[in-house]
Amino acid sequence: MSNRHFVKGGFLTFLLLSASGLVAQEGGRIHGNFSTDAQYYNVDSAIGAVVPAQRLAANAWANLIYTNGPFEAGGRFESYTPPLAGYPAGTPYSGSGIGYRYAKYRQDDLEVTVGNFFEQFGQGMIFRSYEERYLGVDNAMDGIRLKYMPVRGLHLKGFIGQQRLSFANQAVKGPGIVRGIDAEVSLRELLDTNWTSANNLIIGGGFVSKYQEDRDPSLVLPQNVAAWALRANFTTPRWNVYAEYARKVNDPNSRNGFIYKEGQGLLVNATYSVRGFGLSMGAHSFDNMLFQSDRAAPTPFDLNINFLPPLAKQHTYNLPATLYPYATQPNGEVSAQGELFYKWKKGTKLGGKYGTKVAVNYSVAHALDTTRLGAVDDTTSRLGYRTAFLSPGHRRYFQDLNVEVRKRVSSTWEFALTYLNVWYDIDIIQGKPGEAPVHADILILEGLHNFTERNSVRFEVQHLSTREDHGNWATALAEFTFSPHWFVAAMDQFNYVGSEKLEAKGYEALHYPVGSVGYIRGGNRFQVNYGRQRAGIFCVGGVCRQVPAANGLTLSITSTF
Amino acid sequence: MRYLTTLAFSAFLSIVSYAQMRMPSAMVQTLDGRKVDARTFSNNGKPIIVNFWATWCAPCKRELSTIADKYDQWQKETGVKLIAVSIDDARSMARVKPYVDGQDWDYEVYLDPNGDLKRALNVNNVPHTFLLNGKGEVVYQHNNYEPGDENELYRKVQELVGRK
Repeated sequence: MSNRHFVKGGFLTFLLLSASGLVAQEGGRIHGNFSTDAQYYNVDSAIGAVVPAQRLAANAWANLIYTNGPFEAGGRFESYTPPLAGYPAGTPYSGSGIGYRYAKYRQDDLEVTVGNFFEQFGQGMIFRSYEERYLGVDNAMDGIRLKYMPVRGLHLKGFIGQQRLSFANQAVKGPGIVRGIDAEVSLRELLDTNWTSANNLIIGGGFVSKYQEDRDPSLVLPQNVAAWALRANFTTPRWNVYAEYARKVNDPNSRNGFIYKEGQGLLVNATYSVRGFGLSMGAHSFDNMLFQSDRAAPTPFDLNINFLPPLAKQHTYNLPATLYPYATQPNGEVSAQGELFYKWKKGTKLGGKYGTKVAVNYSVAHALDTTRLGAVDDTTSRLGYRTAFLSPGHRRYFQDLNVEVRKRVSSTWEFALTYLNVWYDIDIIQGKPGEAPVHADILILEGLHNFTERNSVRFEVQHLSTREDHGNWATALAEFTFSPHWFVAAMDQFNYVGSEKLEAKGYEALHYPVGSVGYIRGGNRFQVNYGRQRAGIFCVGGVCRQVPAANGLTLSITSTF
Repeated sequence: MRYLTTLAFSAFLSIVSYAQMRMPSAMVQTLDGRKVDARTFSNNGKPIIVNFWATWCAPCKRELSTIADKYDQWQKETGVKLIAVSIDDARSMARVKPYVDGQDWDYEVYLDPNGDLKRALNVNNVPHTFLLNGKGEVVYQHNNYEPGDENELYRKVQELVGRK
């Protein structure tokens, strides 16, 4: 037994025994979840499918949480034997072991966490540690966190620790130390104890700093890099206006070309809504805001301290969701979005017997308008470029205009029709230098029919036309559901090139058929897929991961208990 | 090391009672930005449905839209309350209120932008629905949504009210 193992074992024993010590007061509870995704890979050269040396790959996770009154402790077992192809998004994972463990104690208005935790300040522009398990993004903190509410409406938080980089039989941490404090006050809760006003103003501010030793032989790099942000949120029953401004001091790193320029970010959104009508408008601008706790982090997915959300609608249909989704360009972008939701009520002319819903969304993202500073004079070139903040440059990264109409036409039939017009700078967003920007029109019809109270069918017909990238796509999907336990689905995605320019590149028409069967019972879900999986981009929240083309059998199990 | 862990673990399991799960203590946000502890969710001793969803999740929206058409009747018959917890993060959380209003939903809606409540309830993916009895204990849960699942859920709600 190595000394290190003994310390680890001792820590676990300590946690568990201190937990059992509290049981005398009240019965403890234990609950958790389990999930696994396993895939067997077939050879399929037509689609360029990946065939790993180990033909069977499996990811698995199990969480256990023990709670007893004010005490809580938990851990997560993880296993990648080996990980699925293309997983995770950043630095590779391997092996099995405990990747996350913590103990938390809460008494009155104080909460203390030791070990791993996830946390976010404001909307995350200077700090967000979070996980998206299905993407393999996990920048959990390991350290100490305190939360305190001295009076109602005032929330204070502070933390210090290191971030998770990857996993190799245990969590692998990055070299930097991250610490931060945040305060937020909700004025109505604090001042208006009689709740006479329907309006509220919430003001907050945070400060985060990272420390990493400077070992660079040629540059003098800042070892401590600070960032701060201020935010305000004004709400009325109909309006919600949120603004957050962030600033980061000079943070030379491998992704900004080791420039000493400061970074800044602004995020604004405003919504107005009443029953049956909703309007949302947002804009943001990021300039040199990539913030990682290792200035030479292996990939852009690793050790992110902050989170810069893309301001574009996250689509749910297969083609728009996985072919051309937008990803934030943290080193510089200006973007805007507007969205409208409306429901024509039952009994109105356009609403008919069941009502009609419409959604219109527009988003656009541009490069920042920058002027490169001279390369000869070292003192200025080390600042990289000059920019008028918030002013968009000529280069357009992304644009998406989409309209969806959804209508129930009878007690057993419902339809939705969607049109999207997408403009996508594939060179920048997917890192394919020299590729022409993609301009795509997408049309989608979805139908849902209930045969009986329990049995139904849902189908989708999708078409994407473009002269760039891989050309046209047509998708058909049918999904039969037998509530509450079973579903069976079949989908084919057909890539037909339809342009001489692309045929000259050697692209051929290809089918990607896949079939699925699923069984759900309470908190348990089992699903089996067999067929071809198209190379694509799989996104959750604001982050996307590239999934390679594959052919094979996939088994997914999730369980909550 | 293995011996120690096993010893501690068996000692641990022997004293744990597998009591009914309740709403854990985790902070969520109201649509007007206030922080609320999920432990305080209540419905005056009547059942509560806690549904995890997101604006980017198609089956979630189908489920909540389907229930919305029946929600008036459900409330009149059983007094049940549906709490919709959106796991939309900073990317889309600003869209939640206009979306909910635009759909004309009548639910109590909270935001869980960093997944704190989702994690505390061990939710793997959305949609995921919990049914709490009048004492706040989880008596039924369901992952996924298929048309018709809402009828199964409502039968469970009726059972709870009938038993009282």
